Amino acid sequence: MTADRPLAPPPGRVVLTAPPGFGPEVEALVVLSRSTFSIRYDMDRETGVISRKGHALEGLSLAGKIVYFPAVQGGVAAGWAFLALAHRGVAPAGVLFGRTNPVMIQGLVLAGIPALHQVRPDPFTVLATGDRVRLRPARGLVELVTPPRAGSAGCSR
Amino acid sequence: MSPEPAGGAGLLLGPREARIRAGELGEPARLALEQQVAVGEFFGAKALVPVGNVHMMGDMEVMGEGGFAFVEGLVAQGARFAVPVTTNARCVDFDRAAAVRQRPELVARERALVAHLRTLGALQVDTCINYQTVYQPHFGEHVAWGDTGTVIWANSVLGARTNYEAGPAALAAGLTGVTPAYGYHLPAERRGRLRFEVRCALGDWADWGALGGLIGRRVLDYWTVPVLAGVRQRPQADDLKHLGAALASYGSCAMYHMVGVTPEARDEAEAFGGRPPEASHVVDDADLAAFYATYPEDRAEVDVVVLSAPQLSVLELARVAELLRGRRVHGNTALLVTTNFANREMAARLGHVQLIEAAGGQVLSGTCWYIMEPARMAAAFGWRNVLTNSAKMANIIGGYRLHPILRRTAVCIEAAVTGRLPAGGPSG
Repeated sequence: MTADRPLAPPPGRVVLTAPPGFGPEVEALVVLSRSTFSIRYDMDRETGVISRKGHALEGLSLAGKIVYFPAVQGGVAAGWAFLALAHRGVAPAGVLFGRTNPVMIQGLVLAGIPALHQVRPDPFTVLATGDRVRLRPARGLVELVTPPRAGSAGCSR
Repeated sequence: MSPEPAGGAGLLLGPREARIRAGELGEPARLALEQQVAVGEFFGAKALVPVGNVHMMGDMEVMGEGGFAFVEGLVAQGARFAVPVTTNARCVDFDRAAAVRQRPELVARERALVAHLRTLGALQVDTCINYQTVYQPHFGEHVAWGDTGTVIWANSVLGARTNYEAGPAALAAGLTGVTPAYGYHLPAERRGRLRFEVRCALGDWADWGALGGLIGRRVLDYWTVPVLAGVRQRPQADDLKHLGAALASYGSCAMYHMVGVTPEARDEAEAFGGRPPEASHVVDDADLAAFYATYPEDRAEVDVVVLSAPQLSVLELARVAELLRGRRVHGNTALLVTTNFANREMAARLGHVQLIEAAGGQVLSGTCWYIMEPARMAAAFGWRNVLTNSAKMANIIGGYRLHPILRRTAVCIEAAVTGRLPAGGPSG
Protein backbone atom coordinates (compact mmCIF):
# COMPACT_ATOMS: atom_id res chain seq x y z
CA MET A 1 0.00 0.00 0.00
CA THR A 2 1.31 3.43 -0.86
CA ALA A 3 0.63 4.77 2.62
CA ASP A 4 3.30 2.39 3.93
CA ARG A 5 6.03 4.03 1.86
CA PRO A 6 8.04 6.66 3.68
CA LEU A 7 9.88 7.48 0.45
CA ALA A 8 8.35 8.04 -2.99
CA PRO A 9 11.25 8.31 -5.42
CA PRO A 10 10.62 9.92 -8.81
CA PRO A 11 10.25 7.66 -11.90
CA GLY A 12 13.47 6.10 -13.16
CA ARG A 13 15.14 6.47 -9.81
CA VAL A 14 17.26 3.63 -8.43
CA VAL A 15 15.37 2.24 -5.45
CA LEU A 16 17.17 -1.05 -4.77
CA THR A 17 20.77 -2.14 -5.12
CA ALA A 18 22.26 -5.62 -5.04
CA PRO A 19 25.36 -7.56 -6.05
CA PRO A 20 25.51 -8.30 -9.79
CA GLY A 21 22.75 -10.72 -10.71
CA PHE A 22 21.68 -12.84 -13.64
CA GLY A 23 19.85 -12.24 -16.91
CA PRO A 24 18.78 -9.48 -19.29
CA GLU A 25 17.14 -6.21 -18.28
CA VAL A 26 13.38 -6.42 -17.87
CA GLU A 27 10.55 -4.04 -16.97
CA ALA A 28 7.30 -5.16 -15.30
CA LEU A 29 4.94 -4.61 -12.39
CA VAL A 30 6.42 -5.61 -9.06
CA VAL A 31 4.80 -7.89 -6.47
CA LEU A 32 6.17 -7.82 -2.92
CA SER A 33 5.81 -10.79 -0.58
CA ARG A 34 6.40 -10.85 3.16
CA SER A 35 6.25 -14.67 3.07
CA THR A 36 9.19 -16.83 2.06
CA PHE A 37 9.01 -18.92 -1.10
CA SER A 38 9.13 -22.63 -1.84
CA ILE A 39 8.01 -23.88 -5.22
CA ARG A 40 6.90 -27.30 -4.01
CA TYR A 41 5.16 -26.09 -0.88
CA ASP A 42 3.72 -22.75 -2.02
CA MET A 43 2.96 -22.77 -5.74
CA ASP A 44 0.65 -24.55 -8.17
CA ARG A 45 3.24 -25.46 -10.77
CA GLU A 46 0.53 -25.86 -13.45
CA THR A 47 -0.68 -22.27 -13.22
CA GLY A 48 2.05 -20.25 -11.53
CA VAL A 49 -0.46 -19.20 -8.85
CA ILE A 50 0.60 -19.12 -5.18
CA SER A 51 -1.57 -21.85 -3.70
CA ARG A 52 -0.54 -22.36 -0.09
CA LYS A 53 -3.14 -21.32 2.42
CA GLY A 54 -1.93 -18.36 4.47
CA HIS A 55 0.90 -17.34 2.11
CA ALA A 56 1.11 -13.54 1.72
CA LEU A 57 0.50 -13.92 -2.04
CA GLU A 58 -2.13 -16.70 -1.83
CA GLY A 59 -4.24 -16.72 -4.98
CA LEU A 60 -1.91 -14.40 -6.90
CA SER A 61 -0.43 -15.28 -10.28
CA LEU A 62 3.25 -14.39 -10.67
CA ALA A 63 3.03 -14.58 -14.47
CA GLY A 64 4.81 -11.65 -16.09
CA LYS A 65 5.56 -9.94 -12.76
CA ILE A 66 8.81 -9.09 -11.02
CA VAL A 67 8.34 -10.69 -7.63
CA TYR A 68 10.21 -10.15 -4.36
CA PHE A 69 10.61 -12.78 -1.62
CA PRO A 70 12.59 -12.09 1.56
CA ALA A 71 13.92 -15.68 1.73
CA VAL A 72 13.37 -19.14 0.31
CA GLN A 73 12.69 -22.64 1.58
CA GLY A 74 12.51 -26.12 0.21
CA GLY A 75 14.48 -28.47 -1.92
CA VAL A 76 15.51 -29.15 -5.46
CA ALA A 77 12.07 -28.93 -7.13
CA ALA A 78 12.71 -25.29 -8.05
CA GLY A 79 15.49 -26.43 -10.38
CA TRP A 80 13.03 -27.57 -13.05
CA ALA A 81 9.96 -25.61 -11.99
CA PHE A 82 10.77 -22.21 -13.54
CA LEU A 83 11.37 -23.85 -16.92
CA ALA A 84 8.04 -25.67 -16.57
CA LEU A 85 6.32 -22.35 -15.79
CA ALA A 86 8.01 -20.67 -18.76
CA HIS A 87 6.93 -23.61 -20.96
CA ARG A 88 3.32 -22.87 -19.96
CA GLY A 89 3.72 -19.10 -20.38
CA VAL A 90 3.10 -18.38 -16.68
CA ALA A 91 6.62 -17.67 -15.43
CA PRO A 92 7.53 -14.48 -13.54
CA ALA A 93 9.40 -11.82 -15.55
CA GLY A 94 12.04 -11.50 -12.86
CA VAL A 95 12.70 -12.46 -9.25
CA LEU A 96 14.23 -10.45 -6.39
CA PHE A 97 15.37 -12.11 -3.19
CA GLY A 98 16.56 -11.06 0.21
CA ARG A 99 18.35 -14.38 0.76
CA THR A 100 18.16 -17.26 -1.68
CA ASN A 101 19.72 -20.67 -2.31
CA PRO A 102 21.48 -22.34 -5.25
CA VAL A 103 18.43 -24.25 -6.42
CA MET A 104 16.39 -21.11 -7.07
CA ILE A 105 19.20 -19.56 -9.09
CA GLN A 106 19.92 -22.79 -10.99
CA GLY A 107 16.25 -22.92 -11.98
CA LEU A 108 16.06 -19.25 -12.95
CA VAL A 109 19.24 -19.51 -15.03
CA LEU A 110 17.87 -22.56 -16.88
CA ALA A 111 14.65 -20.69 -17.65
CA GLY A 112 16.49 -17.45 -18.54
CA ILE A 113 14.60 -15.43 -15.92
CA PRO A 114 16.50 -12.41 -14.50
CA ALA A 115 17.30 -12.51 -10.79
CA LEU A 116 18.93 -10.47 -8.01
CA HIS A 117 19.61 -11.33 -4.39
CA GLN A 118 20.58 -9.36 -1.28
CA VAL A 119 18.53 -6.40 -2.47
CA ARG A 120 18.86 -3.30 -0.24
CA PRO A 121 17.02 -1.63 1.38
CA ASP A 122 13.95 -3.65 2.35
CA PRO A 123 11.77 -3.29 -0.79
CA PHE A 124 8.72 -2.60 1.37
CA THR A 125 10.26 0.72 2.39
CA VAL A 126 10.65 2.02 -1.18
CA LEU A 127 8.17 0.11 -3.37
CA ALA A 128 4.58 -1.08 -3.33
CA THR A 129 3.00 -3.98 -5.13
CA GLY A 130 1.83 -2.67 -8.48
CA ASP A 131 4.72 -0.27 -9.04
CA ARG A 132 6.35 -0.57 -12.44
CA VAL A 133 10.06 -1.30 -12.09
CA ARG A 134 13.06 -1.96 -14.30
CA LEU A 135 15.39 -4.75 -13.24
CA ARG A 136 19.02 -4.29 -14.38
CA PRO A 137 20.77 -7.48 -13.23
CA ALA A 138 24.28 -6.84 -14.56
CA ARG A 139 24.51 -3.62 -12.54
CA GLY A 140 22.55 -4.95 -9.57
CA LEU A 141 19.90 -2.24 -9.79
CA VAL A 142 16.15 -1.93 -9.56
CA GLU A 143 14.65 1.35 -10.82
CA LEU A 144 11.16 2.67 -10.21
CA VAL A 145 9.67 3.51 -13.60
CA THR A 146 6.25 4.80 -12.64
CA PRO A 147 4.54 5.16 -9.31
CA PRO A 148 1.49 2.98 -8.67
CA ARG A 149 -1.95 4.01 -9.78
CA ALA A 150 -3.81 5.53 -6.85
CA GLY A 151 -5.90 3.05 -4.91
CA SER A 152 -4.83 0.06 -6.97
CA ALA A 153 -2.55 -2.83 -6.14
CA GLY A 154 -2.12 -3.18 -9.88
CA CYS A 155 -2.24 -6.96 -9.90
CA SER A 156 -4.80 -9.39 -11.20
CA ARG A 157 -5.60 -12.47 -9.18
CA MET B 1 23.45 -16.54 10.15
CA SER B 2 26.12 -17.02 7.53
CA PRO B 3 26.76 -14.30 4.97
CA GLU B 4 25.38 -15.39 1.60
CA PRO B 5 28.08 -15.48 -1.08
CA ALA B 6 27.60 -12.95 -3.87
CA GLY B 7 28.92 -12.22 -7.32
CA GLY B 8 31.52 -9.71 -8.31
CA ALA B 9 34.66 -10.59 -10.21
CA GLY B 10 34.37 -13.16 -12.99
CA LEU B 11 35.06 -16.86 -12.85
CA LEU B 12 38.37 -18.16 -14.24
CA LEU B 13 38.15 -21.10 -16.66
CA GLY B 14 40.73 -23.84 -16.93
CA PRO B 15 42.01 -25.01 -20.35
CA ARG B 16 39.44 -27.82 -20.69
CA GLU B 17 36.58 -25.54 -19.66
CA ALA B 18 37.74 -22.92 -22.16
CA ARG B 19 37.53 -25.57 -24.88
CA ILE B 20 34.03 -26.48 -23.74
CA ARG B 21 33.03 -22.81 -23.81
CA ALA B 22 34.47 -22.52 -27.33
CA GLY B 23 32.12 -25.32 -28.38
CA GLU B 24 34.85 -27.90 -29.03
CA LEU B 25 33.01 -30.53 -26.98
CA GLY B 26 29.63 -29.84 -28.55
CA GLU B 27 26.74 -27.45 -28.11
CA PRO B 28 25.08 -29.25 -25.14
CA ALA B 29 28.29 -29.07 -23.09
CA ARG B 30 28.80 -25.43 -24.10
CA LEU B 31 25.31 -24.43 -22.98
CA ALA B 32 25.72 -26.43 -19.77
CA LEU B 33 28.97 -24.61 -19.00
CA GLU B 34 27.34 -21.21 -19.67
CA GLN B 35 24.66 -22.07 -17.11
CA GLN B 36 27.26 -23.17 -14.59
CA VAL B 37 29.27 -19.97 -15.11
CA ALA B 38 26.09 -17.89 -14.63
CA VAL B 39 25.22 -19.68 -11.38
CA GLY B 40 28.83 -19.65 -10.21
CA GLU B 41 29.30 -15.94 -10.86
CA PHE B 42 25.98 -15.20 -9.13
CA PHE B 43 27.42 -16.73 -5.95
CA GLY B 44 30.94 -15.39 -6.40
CA ALA B 45 32.67 -18.62 -7.49
CA LYS B 46 36.22 -18.07 -8.68
CA ALA B 47 36.62 -21.43 -10.42
CA LEU B 48 34.99 -24.67 -11.50
CA VAL B 49 36.08 -27.92 -9.85
CA PRO B 50 36.04 -31.44 -11.36
CA VAL B 51 33.43 -33.79 -9.90
CA GLY B 52 33.80 -37.56 -9.59
CA ASN B 53 30.10 -38.32 -9.44
CA VAL B 54 26.81 -36.67 -10.30
CA HIS B 55 23.44 -37.58 -8.78
CA MET B 56 20.51 -36.17 -10.68
CA MET B 57 16.87 -35.59 -9.86
CA GLY B 58 14.87 -35.95 -13.04
CA ASP B 59 11.34 -37.29 -13.20
CA MET B 60 8.12 -36.05 -14.76
CA GLU B 61 6.62 -34.92 -11.45
CA VAL B 62 9.44 -32.45 -10.87
CA MET B 63 10.37 -31.66 -14.50
CA GLY B 64 7.07 -31.21 -16.26
CA GLU B 65 6.80 -31.05 -20.03
CA GLY B 66 9.27 -28.15 -20.17
CA GLY B 67 11.99 -30.29 -18.61
CA PHE B 68 11.07 -33.26 -20.79
CA ALA B 69 11.44 -31.13 -23.93
CA PHE B 70 14.80 -29.86 -22.65
CA VAL B 71 16.15 -33.40 -22.17
CA GLU B 72 14.67 -34.49 -25.50
CA GLY B 73 16.57 -31.62 -27.13
CA LEU B 74 19.85 -32.78 -25.57
CA VAL B 75 19.32 -36.30 -26.90
CA ALA B 76 18.58 -34.93 -30.37
CA GLN B 77 21.89 -33.04 -30.27
CA GLY B 78 23.78 -36.22 -29.40
CA ALA B 79 24.71 -35.13 -25.86
CA ARG B 80 26.56 -37.63 -23.64
CA PHE B 81 27.58 -37.41 -19.98
CA ALA B 82 31.29 -36.92 -19.28
CA VAL B 83 31.27 -38.46 -15.77
CA PRO B 84 29.12 -41.13 -14.04
CA VAL B 85 25.59 -39.80 -13.48
CA THR B 86 23.16 -41.70 -11.26
CA THR B 87 19.42 -41.01 -11.03
CA ASN B 88 17.40 -40.10 -7.97
CA ALA B 89 14.12 -41.71 -6.91
CA ARG B 90 11.42 -41.17 -9.52
CA CYS B 91 7.66 -40.72 -9.49
CA VAL B 92 6.72 -44.18 -10.81
CA ASP B 93 7.37 -47.77 -9.76
CA PHE B 94 7.01 -49.32 -13.22
CA ASP B 95 6.38 -52.80 -11.80
CA ARG B 96 3.63 -51.74 -9.39
CA ALA B 97 2.11 -48.61 -10.94
CA ALA B 98 -1.29 -50.22 -11.56
CA ALA B 99 -1.54 -51.54 -8.00
CA VAL B 100 -1.20 -48.02 -6.63
CA ARG B 101 -3.44 -46.59 -9.39
CA GLN B 102 -0.90 -44.31 -11.04
CA ARG B 103 -2.03 -42.64 -14.27
CA PRO B 104 -1.07 -44.63 -17.38
CA GLU B 105 -0.18 -41.33 -19.13
CA LEU B 106 2.29 -40.48 -16.35
CA VAL B 107 3.79 -43.98 -16.49
CA ALA B 108 4.23 -43.78 -20.28
CA ARG B 109 5.80 -40.32 -20.11
CA GLU B 110 8.13 -41.40 -17.31
CA ARG B 111 9.17 -44.44 -19.36
CA ALA B 112 10.04 -42.16 -22.31
CA LEU B 113 12.00 -39.84 -20.02
CA VAL B 114 13.99 -42.73 -18.57
CA ALA B 115 14.89 -43.86 -22.10
CA HIS B 116 16.21 -40.36 -22.88
CA LEU B 117 18.26 -40.20 -19.67
CA ARG B 118 19.77 -43.61 -20.41
CA THR B 119 20.66 -42.43 -23.90
CA LEU B 120 22.56 -39.54 -22.30
CA GLY B 121 24.44 -42.15 -20.29
CA ALA B 122 22.67 -42.00 -16.93
CA LEU B 123 22.88 -45.03 -14.64
CA GLN B 124 19.24 -45.56 -13.76
CA VAL B 125 19.53 -46.48 -10.09
CA ASP B 126 16.46 -44.43 -9.04
CA THR B 127 17.47 -43.99 -5.44
CA CYS B 128 17.61 -41.18 -2.89
CA ILE B 129 19.98 -43.25 -0.74
CA ASN B 130 22.80 -43.50 -3.27
CA TYR B 131 25.16 -42.90 -0.33
CA GLN B 132 24.03 -46.16 1.29
CA THR B 133 23.96 -48.31 -1.81
CA VAL B 134 25.67 -46.88 -4.90
CA TYR B 135 28.53 -44.40 -4.40
CA GLN B 136 30.36 -43.18 -1.32
CA PRO B 137 32.62 -40.20 -2.09
CA HIS B 138 35.76 -39.92 0.04
CA PHE B 139 36.57 -37.11 2.43
CA GLY B 140 37.12 -33.88 0.50
CA GLU B 141 35.85 -35.26 -2.82
CA HIS B 142 33.82 -32.83 -4.91
CA VAL B 143 30.53 -34.19 -6.25
CA ALA B 144 27.41 -32.65 -7.78
CA TRP B 145 24.43 -34.22 -6.05
CA GLY B 146 20.75 -33.44 -6.24
CA ASP B 147 18.11 -34.44 -3.69
CA THR B 148 18.71 -32.50 -0.52
CA GLY B 149 18.98 -35.63 1.64
CA THR B 150 21.91 -36.89 -0.42
CA VAL B 151 23.65 -33.51 -0.25
CA ILE B 152 23.46 -33.18 3.52
CA TRP B 153 24.72 -36.76 3.94
CA ALA B 154 27.67 -36.16 1.59
CA ASN B 155 28.73 -32.92 3.29
CA SER B 156 28.07 -33.90 6.90
CA VAL B 157 28.68 -37.63 7.28
CA LEU B 158 31.31 -38.21 4.58
CA GLY B 159 33.05 -34.84 4.49
CA ALA B 160 32.57 -34.76 0.71
CA ARG B 161 31.71 -31.44 -0.94
CA THR B 162 28.57 -30.47 -2.78
CA ASN B 163 25.92 -27.80 -3.00
CA TYR B 164 22.28 -28.56 -3.71
CA GLU B 165 22.51 -29.34 -7.43
CA ALA B 166 18.94 -29.36 -8.71
CA GLY B 167 18.07 -31.45 -11.78
CA PRO B 168 19.32 -29.04 -14.47
CA ALA B 169 22.47 -28.19 -12.48
CA ALA B 170 23.30 -31.89 -12.04
CA LEU B 171 22.59 -32.43 -15.73
CA ALA B 172 25.00 -29.62 -16.57
CA ALA B 173 27.66 -31.10 -14.27
CA GLY B 174 27.18 -34.47 -15.97
CA LEU B 175 27.80 -32.89 -19.37
CA THR B 176 30.84 -30.82 -18.36
CA GLY B 177 32.34 -32.92 -15.54
CA VAL B 178 32.79 -29.81 -13.38
CA THR B 179 30.75 -27.66 -11.02
CA PRO B 180 31.13 -24.07 -9.76
CA ALA B 181 33.17 -23.85 -6.54
CA TYR B 182 31.12 -21.77 -4.10
CA GLY B 183 29.26 -22.57 -0.89
CA TYR B 184 29.98 -26.05 0.48
CA HIS B 185 32.88 -26.67 -1.90
CA LEU B 186 34.89 -24.11 0.09
CA PRO B 187 36.28 -25.03 3.55
CA ALA B 188 35.50 -21.59 5.02
CA GLU B 189 31.79 -21.97 4.20
CA ARG B 190 31.55 -25.28 6.07
CA ARG B 191 32.21 -23.86 9.53
CA GLY B 192 29.46 -24.24 12.14
CA ARG B 193 27.51 -21.12 13.15
CA LEU B 194 24.68 -22.14 15.48
CA ARG B 195 25.04 -24.46 18.49
CA PHE B 196 22.29 -26.89 19.47
CA GLU B 197 22.76 -28.71 22.78
CA VAL B 198 20.87 -31.98 22.31
CA ARG B 199 19.48 -33.21 25.63
CA CYS B 200 16.53 -35.24 24.38
CA ALA B 201 16.37 -39.03 24.30
CA LEU B 202 16.39 -40.40 20.75
CA GLY B 203 15.01 -43.90 20.46
CA ASP B 204 13.62 -44.26 16.97
CA TRP B 205 14.27 -43.08 13.41
CA ALA B 206 11.25 -40.81 13.82
CA ASP B 207 12.91 -39.14 16.83
CA TRP B 208 16.01 -38.35 14.78
CA GLY B 209 13.80 -36.95 12.02
CA ALA B 210 11.89 -34.88 14.56
CA LEU B 211 15.20 -33.56 15.93
CA GLY B 212 16.24 -32.57 12.41
CA GLY B 213 12.88 -30.97 11.84
CA LEU B 214 12.88 -28.83 14.94
CA ILE B 215 16.48 -27.69 14.45
CA GLY B 216 15.71 -27.04 10.77
CA ARG B 217 12.77 -24.84 11.71
CA ARG B 218 15.17 -22.69 13.75
CA VAL B 219 17.94 -22.50 11.14
CA LEU B 220 15.86 -21.87 7.99
CA ASP B 221 18.85 -20.96 5.86
CA TYR B 222 20.84 -22.80 3.21
CA TRP B 223 24.15 -21.11 4.05
CA THR B 224 24.09 -21.61 7.84
CA VAL B 225 25.61 -24.78 9.36
CA PRO B 226 24.15 -25.98 12.69
CA VAL B 227 26.31 -27.87 15.18
CA LEU B 228 24.72 -30.59 17.31
CA ALA B 229 26.57 -31.03 20.60
CA GLY B 230 26.02 -33.31 23.55
CA VAL B 231 24.21 -36.09 21.65
CA ARG B 232 24.17 -39.01 24.09
CA GLN B 233 23.09 -41.81 21.76
CA ARG B 234 25.61 -43.05 19.22
CA PRO B 235 23.68 -42.66 15.98
CA GLN B 236 23.43 -45.46 13.44
CA ALA B 237 23.38 -44.84 9.70
CA ASP B 238 19.60 -44.75 9.39
CA ASP B 239 19.35 -42.36 12.34
CA LEU B 240 21.63 -39.91 10.53
CA LYS B 241 19.66 -40.47 7.34
CA HIS B 242 16.42 -39.32 8.97
CA LEU B 243 18.15 -36.49 10.83
CA GLY B 244 19.73 -35.08 7.68
CA ALA B 245 16.68 -35.50 5.46
CA ALA B 246 14.57 -33.56 7.97
CA LEU B 247 17.19 -30.83 8.53
CA ALA B 248 17.27 -30.30 4.77
CA SER B 249 13.50 -30.42 4.35
CA TYR B 250 12.59 -28.06 7.22
CA GLY B 251 15.64 -25.83 7.24
CA SER B 252 17.03 -25.94 3.67
CA CYS B 253 20.25 -27.04 5.40
CA ALA B 254 22.97 -28.61 3.27
CA MET B 255 25.32 -29.51 6.12
CA TYR B 256 25.49 -30.04 9.88
CA HIS B 257 28.20 -31.04 12.30
CA MET B 258 27.67 -33.50 15.16
CA VAL B 259 30.47 -33.18 17.70
CA GLY B 260 32.35 -36.44 18.10
CA VAL B 261 30.46 -38.07 15.25
CA THR B 262 30.94 -36.27 11.92
CA PRO B 263 34.45 -35.96 10.47
CA GLU B 264 34.84 -32.18 10.54
CA ALA B 265 33.70 -31.97 14.18
CA ARG B 266 36.09 -34.05 16.25
CA ASP B 267 35.53 -31.42 18.93
CA GLU B 268 33.54 -28.20 19.21
CA ALA B 269 36.49 -25.99 18.37
CA GLU B 270 36.90 -27.75 15.03
CA ALA B 271 33.16 -27.66 14.32
CA PHE B 272 33.03 -23.88 14.81
CA GLY B 273 36.36 -23.23 13.11
CA GLY B 274 37.86 -21.95 16.34
CA ARG B 275 35.28 -19.18 16.72
CA PRO B 276 32.42 -18.93 19.18
CA PRO B 277 28.92 -19.92 18.02
CA GLU B 278 26.71 -17.03 16.93
CA ALA B 279 23.85 -18.38 19.03
CA SER B 280 23.15 -21.37 21.28
CA HIS B 281 19.96 -23.33 21.76
CA VAL B 282 18.96 -26.29 23.92
CA VAL B 283 16.78 -29.10 22.57
CA ASP B 284 15.17 -31.25 25.26
CA ASP B 285 12.46 -33.89 25.57
CA ALA B 286 9.76 -31.23 25.81
CA ASP B 287 10.89 -29.75 22.48
CA LEU B 288 10.74 -33.16 20.84
CA ALA B 289 7.27 -33.81 22.25
CA ALA B 290 6.16 -30.38 21.06
CA PHE B 291 7.41 -31.20 17.57
CA TYR B 292 5.37 -34.42 17.46
CA ALA B 293 2.40 -32.44 18.73
CA THR B 294 2.50 -30.30 15.57
CA TYR B 295 1.30 -33.45 13.76
CA PRO B 296 -1.81 -34.37 15.78
CA GLU B 297 -4.24 -37.07 14.76
CA ASP B 298 -7.35 -35.83 12.95
CA ARG B 299 -9.23 -38.97 14.04
CA ALA B 300 -8.38 -42.38 15.45
CA GLU B 301 -8.69 -44.29 12.16
CA VAL B 302 -5.63 -44.34 9.92
CA ASP B 303 -6.11 -44.47 6.14
CA VAL B 304 -2.56 -45.14 5.00
CA VAL B 305 0.78 -45.77 6.68
CA VAL B 306 3.73 -44.63 4.55
CA LEU B 307 7.35 -45.51 5.34
CA SER B 308 9.38 -43.53 2.80
CA ALA B 309 11.44 -40.34 2.37
CA PRO B 310 14.18 -41.42 2.37
CA GLN B 311 13.89 -44.89 0.84
CA LEU B 312 14.36 -47.66 3.41
CA SER B 313 17.67 -49.42 3.98
CA VAL B 314 17.89 -53.20 4.31
CA LEU B 315 18.10 -52.74 8.08
CA GLU B 316 14.92 -50.67 8.13
CA LEU B 317 13.13 -53.21 5.93
CA ALA B 318 14.25 -55.98 8.29
CA ARG B 319 12.82 -54.17 11.30
CA VAL B 320 9.51 -53.43 9.58
CA ALA B 321 9.27 -57.08 8.52
CA GLU B 322 9.91 -58.30 12.08
CA LEU B 323 7.26 -55.96 13.47
CA LEU B 324 4.79 -57.42 10.96
CA ARG B 325 5.71 -61.09 11.40
CA GLY B 326 2.56 -63.18 11.79
CA ARG B 327 0.31 -60.14 11.62
CA ARG B 328 -2.01 -58.68 9.03
CA VAL B 329 -2.54 -55.08 7.89
CA HIS B 330 -6.07 -53.91 8.73
CA GLY B 331 -8.64 -54.01 5.92
CA ASN B 332 -9.35 -50.28 6.13
CA THR B 333 -5.69 -49.25 6.18
CA ALA B 334 -2.96 -49.45 3.56
CA LEU B 335 0.76 -49.88 4.22
CA LEU B 336 3.26 -48.56 1.67
CA VAL B 337 7.02 -48.90 1.96
CA THR B 338 9.49 -47.50 -0.57
CA THR B 339 13.06 -48.57 -1.21
CA ASN B 340 15.44 -48.90 -4.14
CA PHE B 341 15.98 -51.84 -6.52
CA ALA B 342 19.10 -53.08 -4.76
CA ASN B 343 17.61 -53.09 -1.29
CA ARG B 344 14.36 -54.68 -2.44
CA GLU B 345 16.31 -57.49 -4.06
CA MET B 346 18.50 -57.95 -0.98
CA ALA B 347 15.54 -57.83 1.38
CA ALA B 348 13.69 -60.36 -0.79
CA ARG B 349 16.66 -62.73 -0.56
CA LEU B 350 16.55 -62.28 3.21
CA GLY B 351 12.79 -62.94 3.31
CA HIS B 352 11.81 -59.47 4.54
CA VAL B 353 9.85 -58.44 1.46
CA GLN B 354 7.80 -61.64 1.66
CA LEU B 355 6.97 -60.96 5.33
CA ILE B 356 5.79 -57.42 4.56
CA GLU B 357 3.77 -58.54 1.53
CA ALA B 358 2.28 -61.52 3.35
CA ALA B 359 1.02 -59.07 5.95
CA GLY B 360 -0.65 -57.04 3.21
CA GLY B 361 1.92 -54.26 2.84
CA GLN B 362 3.42 -53.12 -0.45
CA VAL B 363 7.15 -52.67 -1.04
CA LEU B 364 7.59 -50.16 -3.87
CA SER B 365 11.00 -49.65 -5.42
CA GLY B 366 12.80 -46.93 -7.35
CA THR B 367 10.42 -44.31 -6.07
CA CYS B 368 9.53 -42.12 -3.11
CA TRP B 369 5.93 -41.59 -2.10
CA TYR B 370 5.74 -37.81 -2.05
CA ILE B 371 6.65 -37.57 -5.73
CA MET B 372 4.14 -40.27 -6.78
CA GLU B 373 1.35 -37.70 -7.13
CA PRO B 374 0.17 -38.43 -3.57
CA ALA B 375 -2.89 -36.17 -3.79
CA ARG B 376 -4.20 -38.10 -6.80
CA MET B 377 -3.39 -41.44 -5.21
CA ALA B 378 -5.10 -40.44 -1.99
CA ALA B 379 -8.17 -39.34 -3.92
CA ALA B 380 -8.23 -42.63 -5.86
CA PHE B 381 -8.17 -44.68 -2.64
CA GLY B 382 -10.18 -42.28 -0.46
CA TRP B 383 -7.27 -41.59 1.93
CA ARG B 384 -7.41 -38.41 4.00
CA ASN B 385 -4.75 -38.93 6.63
CA VAL B 386 -1.23 -40.30 6.30
CA LEU B 387 0.70 -41.83 9.19
CA THR B 388 4.47 -41.86 8.79
CA ASN B 389 7.70 -42.22 10.77
CA SER B 390 9.41 -39.72 8.42
CA ALA B 391 9.47 -36.10 9.54
CA LYS B 392 10.45 -35.11 6.01
CA MET B 393 7.37 -36.85 4.63
CA ALA B 394 5.14 -35.19 7.22
CA ASN B 395 6.54 -31.80 6.23
CA ILE B 396 5.98 -32.26 2.52
CA ILE B 397 2.57 -33.87 2.28
CA GLY B 398 0.89 -31.16 4.32
CA GLY B 399 1.39 -29.08 1.18
CA TYR B 400 -0.72 -31.60 -0.74
CA ARG B 401 -3.64 -30.99 1.61
CA LEU B 402 -3.37 -34.44 3.16
CA HIS B 403 -3.34 -34.71 6.94
CA PRO B 404 0.12 -35.88 8.09
CA ILE B 405 0.60 -37.69 11.40
CA LEU B 406 4.18 -38.29 12.59
CA ARG B 407 4.82 -41.18 14.99
CA ARG B 408 7.53 -43.67 15.88
CA THR B 409 8.02 -46.75 13.71
CA ALA B 410 6.45 -49.29 16.06
CA VAL B 411 3.38 -47.06 16.45
CA CYS B 412 3.09 -46.82 12.67
CA ILE B 413 3.13 -50.60 12.29
CA GLU B 414 0.71 -51.10 15.20
CA ALA B 415 -1.70 -48.65 13.56
CA ALA B 416 -1.33 -50.39 10.21
CA VAL B 417 -2.37 -53.67 11.86
CA THR B 418 -5.20 -52.36 14.02
CA GLY B 419 -6.37 -49.60 11.65
CA ARG B 420 -6.24 -47.13 14.53
CA LEU B 421 -3.70 -45.02 16.35
CA PRO B 422 -2.91 -46.60 19.72
CA ALA B 423 -3.66 -44.56 22.84
CA GLY B 424 -0.72 -42.69 24.34
CA GLY B 425 -0.60 -39.47 22.37
CA PRO B 426 2.00 -38.16 19.96
CA SER B 427 5.01 -39.17 22.04
CA GLY B 428 3.62 -42.55 23.03
